[in-house]
Amino acid sequence: MSGGAVAATAAEQRDIRQHPSGGGATEAKGVGTSKWTPYLLLTPGFLWLLVFFLIPTIILLAFSLYSGSLDQGYAFEFPGQWSNYGAVITYLPQFIRSFIFAGLATLFCLALAYPLGYFIAFKSGKWKATLLVLVIAPFFTSFLIRTLAWKTILADDGPVVSFMNWSHINALLTLLHLTESGRVLNTPLAVVLGLTYNFLPFMVLPIYASLDRMDPRLVEAAQDLYSSPWTALRKVTWPLSLPGVVAGTLLTFIPAAGDYINAELLGTTKVSMIGNVIQDQFFVVTDYPTASALSFVLMLAILVLVFFYVRRAGTEDLV
Amino acid sequence: MATATAPAQPVKVAQSTKRPGGPIRWVRERIIPILGSLVLLYMFLPIFVVIVFSFNLPNGRFNYQWVQFSTQAWTNLCAPGGMCDALRLSLIMGVLATIGAVILGTLVAFGIARYRFRGRSASNLLVFMPMATPEVVMGSALLTWFVTLTFARGLATILIAHVMFCLSFVVVTVKARIAGLDPRLEQAAMDLYADERTTFWRVTFPLVLPGIVGASLLAFSLSFDDFIVTNFNSGSTVTFPMYVWGAAQRGTPPQINVVGSLMFLVSLAIVLVAQVVQRRRAKA
Repeated sequence: MSGGAVAATAAEQRDIRQHPSGGGATEAKGVGTSKWTPYLLLTPGFLWLLVFFLIPTIILLAFSLYSGSLDQGYAFEFPGQWSNYGAVITYLPQFIRSFIFAGLATLFCLALAYPLGYFIAFKSGKWKATLLVLVIAPFFTSFLIRTLAWKTILADDGPVVSFMNWSHINALLTLLHLTESGRVLNTPLAVVLGLTYNFLPFMVLPIYASLDRMDPRLVEAAQDLYSSPWTALRKVTWPLSLPGVVAGTLLTFIPAAGDYINAELLGTTKVSMIGNVIQDQFFVVTDYPTASALSFVLMLAILVLVFFYVRRAGTEDLV
Repeated sequence: MATATAPAQPVKVAQSTKRPGGPIRWVRERIIPILGSLVLLYMFLPIFVVIVFSFNLPNGRFNYQWVQFSTQAWTNLCAPGGMCDALRLSLIMGVLATIGAVILGTLVAFGIARYRFRGRSASNLLVFMPMATPEVVMGSALLTWFVTLTFARGLATILIAHVMFCLSFVVVTVKARIAGLDPRLEQAAMDLYADERTTFWRVTFPLVLPGIVGASLLAFSLSFDDFIVTNFNSGSTVTFPMYVWGAAQRGTPPQINVVGSLMFLVSLAIVLVAQVVQRRRAKA
């Protein structure tokens, strides 16, 4: 869902470039300027986020320590039912699988998005605006309908899978446990491909935005200094596009790790992700405390991963 | 991945050394446009499938295999029970959630973009957090909150949830537009003796409006397409994405593809018309 965020981030980066002096925040001017004006503007929206985002997150944490059942009602009994967190061990395979799938999808997205972002930023000329529309165009159809279309594309007797079988690519992937012999649907690869497809625009737009800001003369300068195109890419273009790459990987990885639509529609229970487990615990098992514990741990795990990743990537001014 | 973008790795020209510009060289010189177009093709493949299969006449419950051409799904759009009701509900929800999120979000955007105040960076963080939280966490957190409040889940809870997750996207989009404004335009208006109110409504607001329109379209599509958060907070109410989810288990009528195709074509038309208008204006 955060595809718009990328579009917005892209727009933000572009606009800032156009008007470096236009950061309105530096000049405290507005209608009826008083000390309280910003707080008045912020209050309604922030109340909404407080009541329907922050408080629910705290309630989720509280729920993860509750005991009871759906029929009898849930309650907190001191010191809390910490055993709910035992489910994290039970479902460790699904946790690990989620992060591996999301990580693979993020890598695939990066591999696909970088050439496309590069193409739009440097080689598209007057078609730039149109190509950007095409990148977000897949969002115009429903996420679920597009995902279902992959069932047709990856059908066992379809051209894609036939080719993969004929060329023995599938045999190789089967060795890596990514597919099953002779088929792709309902295997890990199908889920990873679905995730890759669904979150690709989130990767393309920030990479495009950071490349678009880059001065193309820098690459020319590198080549004048006898750098090969490969070295210029590695030493000039790639480092300058890193903010876009970091933003793109986050915007792909976070929703992909929590997604359960792809695993449900393109996979089987054998390849279910932690999102599937949480959804089942809520709606099939109706064990809300356990589900809340899993949900909360998922959030924590992602926060920790993102924290270390952003620190390593060295771009702390993302927000 | 990155290797692919290196345009001129020394590649041995294998066979056709007769002409200096053989096919390998042709490809090598255009490697980036070729790769970029292939990726775009990949992005459009499923949409192509969605549109083609809207003309299918499946002979089972599922519409995954091509049987024969038919326009039946297009002429009997509302034949599958409950689909059109779900569609109508999603459209109404989308409009309401957009109105709510755009009003709240635009106010926040002006507050953050135009003022320096204590807690400004904390405010930015609060806006960013819903975008960095997986939907399944957001959805389940809201569910536990509504259960705690014993608040019946239905239309109201869906609307609350949609406004919540659209809000941040509106803030970010509108804020970007405000930050991109040329401050000299407002200064010019003030120099010409416009008071603050007039400057805002005659200069600032019209300049920010395209950002607000963009944010509205974004919020609408987010709300219209949302499944995960909605699924946690809808009770027995069925939105269009939830209908599709159910259909994936029970049987997928080709009418789903018709709706998908229509959504795609209508939004593409809106965007293209907007682009043409913008270009004309730029020329004028």
